[in-house]
Amino acid sequence: MTLAPEQLESIHVEIPKRLTWRSFPYWLAAIVGFILIMAIAILVGEEYGEAFSFIIQGLGITLYATGLAFLISMAIGLVAAIARMSDNTFARNVATTYIEFIRGVPMLVLLVTFGLVIVPEVLDLAGLNRRVIDLTHRGIIGLSAVYGAFLAEVFRAGIESIPKGQSEAARSLGMTKGQNLRRIVIPQAIRNILPALGNDFIALLKDSALLSILAIREMTQMTKLYTGSSFRFNEGYLVLTFVYLTLTLVLSLILQWYGRRVGTASEAR
Amino acid sequence: MNTMISIQGLHKYFGKIQAVKNVDLDIARGEVLVIVGPSGSGKSTVLRCINHLEVPTAGSITIDGDLVGSDDIDINRIRAEVGMVFQQFNLFPHLTALENVTIAQRLVRKRSSEEADIVGHQQLDRVGIPEKADSYPHQLSGGQQQRVAIARSLAMDPKIMLFDEPTSALDPEMIKEVLDVMLQLAREGMTMIVVTHEMGFARAAANRVVFMDEGEVIEVAPPNTLFNEPQHERTKLFLSQILQH
Repeated sequence: MTLAPEQLESIHVEIPKRLTWRSFPYWLAAIVGFILIMAIAILVGEEYGEAFSFIIQGLGITLYATGLAFLISMAIGLVAAIARMSDNTFARNVATTYIEFIRGVPMLVLLVTFGLVIVPEVLDLAGLNRRVIDLTHRGIIGLSAVYGAFLAEVFRAGIESIPKGQSEAARSLGMTKGQNLRRIVIPQAIRNILPALGNDFIALLKDSALLSILAIREMTQMTKLYTGSSFRFNEGYLVLTFVYLTLTLVLSLILQWYGRRVGTASEAR
Repeated sequence: MNTMISIQGLHKYFGKIQAVKNVDLDIARGEVLVIVGPSGSGKSTVLRCINHLEVPTAGSITIDGDLVGSDDIDINRIRAEVGMVFQQFNLFPHLTALENVTIAQRLVRKRSSEEADIVGHQQLDRVGIPEKADSYPHQLSGGQQQRVAIARSLAMDPKIMLFDEPTSALDPEMIKEVLDVMLQLAREGMTMIVVTHEMGFARAAANRVVFMDEGEVIEVAPPNTLFNEPQHERTKLFLSQILQH
């Protein structure tokens, strides 16, 4: 089971294996064309170059926040998925509360709430100084909480895609529930959900732009700062668009390449 | 009689549907019991109750003195000693044939990798496919997959083997290779309960044949008696339906 492309909320590159004048991905050529024009503008145009060198200072934090939030949300998602499918009524309801709560609130609102309310209040309750966790990491916690709920559903779909016979065989050999999950079900589920995980990684990269609401100095915040002082909105936001599009396009191409490699190995299964 | 499995008053409901009605069966050590009957007659459910893949609604199952499902006994310890072979093989597709045969030895029997590998190779040899140790399930034919599944159970040194329609998902030319392995096991004295439609196997290997219909045991007899002189109308009807070809 893999999620169909129409369920994906991210850029999805699909290059046909055989190119004809009808199947040629003109849309991709158009996007690459935009990227090339922007690259030339940055190299040649002084204002574009200036905007780029300012905004790109935020790239490190964008990538750091995306990477760290993705790792944490995978851990949260896996635990929440298992809890949601558990026979334990308490665990199941805690997980479902979390997932539905997150899904019922706009991401932007959740990020502010986590950054300015939940994390500081929890720190207070724990008797810790509020400065122990800076705003960047509060933002990452917020993103992780949001994506943890999304990924929980991806993991659940992946685990439910494994035929019941697999667990029956494992249990009939005397394996415990945990051994069955760790050694039999999850390894197979991960392979099924790799495309969906990759898609969510790209979506997370894009959503990291929302961290600018907490004044975290990632690329979008850097663009706000740049345009706010220079009033060069055209240059600033076109350059920002160019950088995001380049990142997501490259990631999507890597995913497609990887998916084809794994796919050809697993199609025979 | 040296009883290996004792089933008493077994009932199983799925919601309001009664799949198994008051089944009593004793299986002796080393006995081969074949269960036949129309589909939906509760044969597989009885089998699945024995290793607790299904929890009985009522009744008791005792395996070599251990009450299945009792709180005092770890069900995983019982399952490790009761091998089960499924209609759909249920091999682990992400593991090689050898890894399929060794994983439970290591995790459940706590054997070292070296020991598990040695036993694994022995068992693959026993089912006649030593050369497929490093193949993945999708690279094997149905018959080979089912033989790996049998080796996977045998590697646990089970006291009992349960077979749930082991040849029903196989192409006709592969049925024999699986039945040959099962016949060999029967000759070696393994206690076996086999749900199957292979009457030839029942005649050749079974000590007793059970005919089930609508969740009930209708008749239990040695194969020659049951096939040649069935006592009940329902048994006669079933046999006439399957033997008329």
